[in-house]
Amino acid sequence: MDEKQYLLKMENISKEFFGNQVLKDVTLSVGKGEIVGLVGENGAGKSTLMNILFGLPVIQETGGFQGRILLDDVEVNFTSPFEAIEAGIGMVHQEFILIPGFTATENILLNRESTNYNIFVEVFGERLRTLNREEMHKRAVAAIEKLEVQLDPDMLVSEMPVGHRQFTEIAREMDRKSTKLLVLDEPTAVLTESEAETMLTAARRLANKGLSIIFISHRLSEVLKIADRLVVLRDGQVVRELESSKTTPREVASLMVGREIKDSSSVRENKSEEPEIVLDIKDLWVDMPGEQVNGVNLQVHKGEILGIGGLAGQGKLGIANGVMGLFPAEGEVYYKGERLPLNNPVGVLSRGIAFVSEDRRGVGLLLDEPIDLNIVFTAIQIQGRFIKNLLGGLIKWRDDKEISRVAREYVESLQIKCVSEKQQAKELSGGNQQKVCLAKAFVLEPDLLFVSEPTRGIDVGAKSVVLETLRTQNREHGTTIIMTSSELEELRSICDRIAIVSEGRILGILPPTADPADFGLLMLGEQEEVKESV
Amino acid sequence: MFEGIANLIEKAGWPRIIIALFLLSLFVIAPFVNISIGTSISDTLVRFAMNSVLVLSLVPMVQSGCGLNFGMQLGVIAGLIGAVTSIELGVTGLAGFLTAIGIAIPFAAILGFFYGLLLNRVKGDEMVVATYVGFSSVAFMSMMWLLLPYKSPNMIWGYGGSGLRTTISVEGYWLGVLNNFLSIRIGNFFFPTGTILFFALIALLVWSFFKTKLGTAMTAAGSNPVYAKAAGVNVDRMRILSVVISTVIAAVGILVYEQSFGFIQLYMAPLLMAFPAVAALLLGGASVSKASMGNVIIGAFLFQGILTMTPSVMNNLIKSDMSEVIRIIVSNGMIVYALTRRTKVRK
Amino acid sequence: MKDQSLTRAKNPLVRFVISNAVPILFVILLIFAVPLSGFSTDYLLNEIITRLGRNSFLVISLLIPVMAGMGLNFGIVLGAMAGQIGLIFMLDWGVVGIPGIVLAMLIGTPIAILLGMLAGMILNRAKGREMVTSMILGFFINGIYQLTILYGMGSVIPIASDKLLLPRGYGVRNAIDLISIRKALDNMWSIEISGVSIPLGVFAIIAALCIFVFWFTRTKLGQDMRAVGQDMQVAATAGINVDRTRTLSIIISTVLACYGQIIFLQNIGTINTYNSHDQVGTFAIAALLIGGASVAKATIPNVFIGITLFHLTFIVAPRAGKELLGQAQIGEFFRVFVSYGIIAISLALYAWRRQVEKETERRQAKAAIKAAVEDGTGG
Repeated sequence: MDEKQYLLKMENISKEFFGNQVLKDVTLSVGKGEIVGLVGENGAGKSTLMNILFGLPVIQETGGFQGRILLDDVEVNFTSPFEAIEAGIGMVHQEFILIPGFTATENILLNRESTNYNIFVEVFGERLRTLNREEMHKRAVAAIEKLEVQLDPDMLVSEMPVGHRQFTEIAREMDRKSTKLLVLDEPTAVLTESEAETMLTAARRLANKGLSIIFISHRLSEVLKIADRLVVLRDGQVVRELESSKTTPREVASLMVGREIKDSSSVRENKSEEPEIVLDIKDLWVDMPGEQVNGVNLQVHKGEILGIGGLAGQGKLGIANGVMGLFPAEGEVYYKGERLPLNNPVGVLSRGIAFVSEDRRGVGLLLDEPIDLNIVFTAIQIQGRFIKNLLGGLIKWRDDKEISRVAREYVESLQIKCVSEKQQAKELSGGNQQKVCLAKAFVLEPDLLFVSEPTRGIDVGAKSVVLETLRTQNREHGTTIIMTSSELEELRSICDRIAIVSEGRILGILPPTADPADFGLLMLGEQEEVKESV
Repeated sequence: MFEGIANLIEKAGWPRIIIALFLLSLFVIAPFVNISIGTSISDTLVRFAMNSVLVLSLVPMVQSGCGLNFGMQLGVIAGLIGAVTSIELGVTGLAGFLTAIGIAIPFAAILGFFYGLLLNRVKGDEMVVATYVGFSSVAFMSMMWLLLPYKSPNMIWGYGGSGLRTTISVEGYWLGVLNNFLSIRIGNFFFPTGTILFFALIALLVWSFFKTKLGTAMTAAGSNPVYAKAAGVNVDRMRILSVVISTVIAAVGILVYEQSFGFIQLYMAPLLMAFPAVAALLLGGASVSKASMGNVIIGAFLFQGILTMTPSVMNNLIKSDMSEVIRIIVSNGMIVYALTRRTKVRK
Repeated sequence: MKDQSLTRAKNPLVRFVISNAVPILFVILLIFAVPLSGFSTDYLLNEIITRLGRNSFLVISLLIPVMAGMGLNFGIVLGAMAGQIGLIFMLDWGVVGIPGIVLAMLIGTPIAILLGMLAGMILNRAKGREMVTSMILGFFINGIYQLTILYGMGSVIPIASDKLLLPRGYGVRNAIDLISIRKALDNMWSIEISGVSIPLGVFAIIAALCIFVFWFTRTKLGQDMRAVGQDMQVAATAGINVDRTRTLSIIISTVLACYGQIIFLQNIGTINTYNSHDQVGTFAIAALLIGGASVAKATIPNVFIGITLFHLTFIVAPRAGKELLGQAQIGEFFRVFVSYGIIAISLALYAWRRQVEKETERRQAKAAIKAAVEDGTGG
């Protein structure tokens, strides 16, 4: 292209993880003082690209990457974040990396404090140097001034409003003399509107002073506002580079989501009957760290497969978790017309609703126990099955024989690869563990099934088995299925309707046949641009 | 074949293997220093039997996720109250023993309940809080033994003193009540059938409990509390139940111990009682979060084996009593090892 | 992350009472117990000054691990054992007075450093269970110590002086006289004020230690420890070597405990070879907690207030018990109960507060988001 002096050039970056091509031939350049926005769905490759730039060890440990990175026209290859930091690359994450009991100054200078020599250093080494607090204060003030924001250097982080914590993080990067490039990863996710404003203005100011910025955000309006250029990633490849002033939200969304509608056989046909509402969610708030739900209203039709999609961290996973009582929830939920108790797993499970959690290792399985117990446990607890009643019901003895038998049936029907049904769950592969979780839900014979991220981390072959199983369950047993997934494709392939969640609320519900760009727009928070909703 | 052995070693852990080999070597050396194997084995068996129930008492709390019960002294105290009251009432023989149990159980249940409530408030720090709750309760009871209005002349200080004596003999009441029941004596060899049967009975009850719906729920609560909660199990209630059960069994356990030992030991004697029991359980292969009947039996046997054999063999070998020191090193070393074990998660 | 705990109550008086609940409770207790015991003020004053001199060093050694997030270091007993070994050799080589004490410290130091490293390594493998592990590790090393002293010394480890050994020829005696150094430090420089003798020498040493600790918090290492103590993840991300920092805090604590025990024993005048160190951990920790410290926060005032209150209770309890309930024994058990009980309560309260604070944190974060959303910031 043109001969502009680029600060950063990532050329033809490719990376694969255990046979999965995560990045393919990605080229990204950032000029001096330029703000480049990076947009893409989950799994598009944004985090991996940044991890490569930042030299995270996990990249080395999984086979390195192809391509090259040039910083100021010098080729670099960082093997640790510290090297990247030394070279002038700073990163501000969504989760704050701050010590709550320290002041802003102490955090800004953490492990880089100004120190004075004293005699003990001779005996005990460098770490016995005394802190020079005046010097530290000066440095902190200087860093804050670069941002041109109001931040009290002596305030404890634990007492700061959220926005100020974000500024402290950025000030920390700015204190480093060498910082030339700053990566902002979802910087406004937890900020209020006015704080976000201030944050963006500060970013723009820094750029004007010569700092290069890579800005990753799901809020399209923000990206369009301050980025000079936009790079859209999809499925590990750069789809397009756009000048932000010359593009529209629709164009960006469409590029992000991409795929055209395939042949109709792979897409569900719409049901034509009058829908009966089986689950009615009103103003649901769920306190799930990282997946906050902020007032969701949703009506689920009996016998349908409803998809819930959206970008990571936007709250889609919180809905199922909240209804099932795993995280504190507020609001009103009606099931078959009856009010469902919230924060009460037993109440929900006993009414015939089952859940396959997205966190199969943490929530879904008893890793140290055998497969068969894992499958039947909930059925034992909630439905009292697999129990032999002795002494007139006084003693409820576990029917281990029946448990093995039923487990074996599921091992067969779901093709769970294991030594036997007595093998410990922790020894199975991810895909097979997921199948055990599905079996656990199916054995309850639920009328309504929540499934979250059903095919995450599963190989392609197993994926189709899982989806087919869900389809069969729905078709043959009439089970209503609410499927939450990060993969839009998957949702479009088996769902009747798809709801998109952004910032903890449902922005719209679309048919699977809708224009992919509409999905993208909803995910990016652009509700007004969408053509039609269902 | 080597892989099989390597796997076994990894699972068992080096400390256990070292200790098992140490015990084996003691048995081998024994005849060479004029110790009769018969006596040794029977001594080990007697000591195994008398400590077995105490070790068993730890299992429910481990399974429910409350960790190692360093506060076992609460159960012991309930048992002591039962024992002392039974003697005060003057009941002898098996009836006396059963009276003691009957009195101890309600105390143990109540103490266990409050103890369980406390542990629920300190999740994650159960073990260290339990330790000091256990210690303070022993100190507290020490004050109580001086004040409680017991009057039986067998128990109180002579010459018009008040308060209970430090050590009270159970001879004439229920000494050996279990040990001697159906016992087998062949020359030097003595098999305490009654006690072993009693232990087997309680072990059977505990084992059966974990095969029921409630027991299964308890295991799940300890194995993965989030999973259990998602399946509708009230984890807090499971934990309290496990603490009550453990405390009750510990109360029975100290009574089993006393009928064999011959004395009731009050005041500060129970202070460190939890540690040998915990060490024995860990020695048998248990971890901080999982324990089985097998662990109890193997562990108690190995541990008591060491304690029995070391003094006799060592004394004859080195002409000096190392047993106390060995006990301290072995039991505490075992516990430190278990605490530093990180659970390996296979991907 | 706003700290909504009780210490933020509006009324400053209420706030003061709640943060200092424990010392205040003890003061009230003592107001009743002291007159009951019948001891004279002079006597008590003397006793407290002696005990402050004797125990402060040991209790101060607990401060640094607390700062580094290791909790209460029950493992200071390891340092005490190192100190005792140092004293045994000092006696064996016949060095007396101040030089003897210095020698004992010199011998004890490398042993304390080694034990501290071992303890640090083990505690790093038991993150989240440091206190229980350090307690049991203390018992374990005690076993090794007994093995060494009872069997190793005089046989494998050469001890020349027969006075130290048991009649059988090896193994150190149960009680050893420290006449050669008794009160050497105390007498180095002491003054009398109206019948109360104040060992200024010792207090000078203690003051020096306090200054050291204070200065230490202002060094880079001290700052690193504070960071590690609050959030290991953040510290690690910033490039601080978390494991090493934690181990260093334990090593420092162990070495200080070594010196502390030597100071303690030179005042008492005898070593109970097998028992002197037994309760070091418990008593020091109980004292610190009674002074108002917690698992996460301990300051120098906590040390002195704690020792004063703890030892006053210790002294008056038996007599007060006799007056109140007719038995001195009750008083003795009472003080054991107090030592263990205060630790149990502190630990329980700390763990409970941690749970509550996490809850409040989450609830507040949620409320903030709710407010933000209702302001219309969402998409």
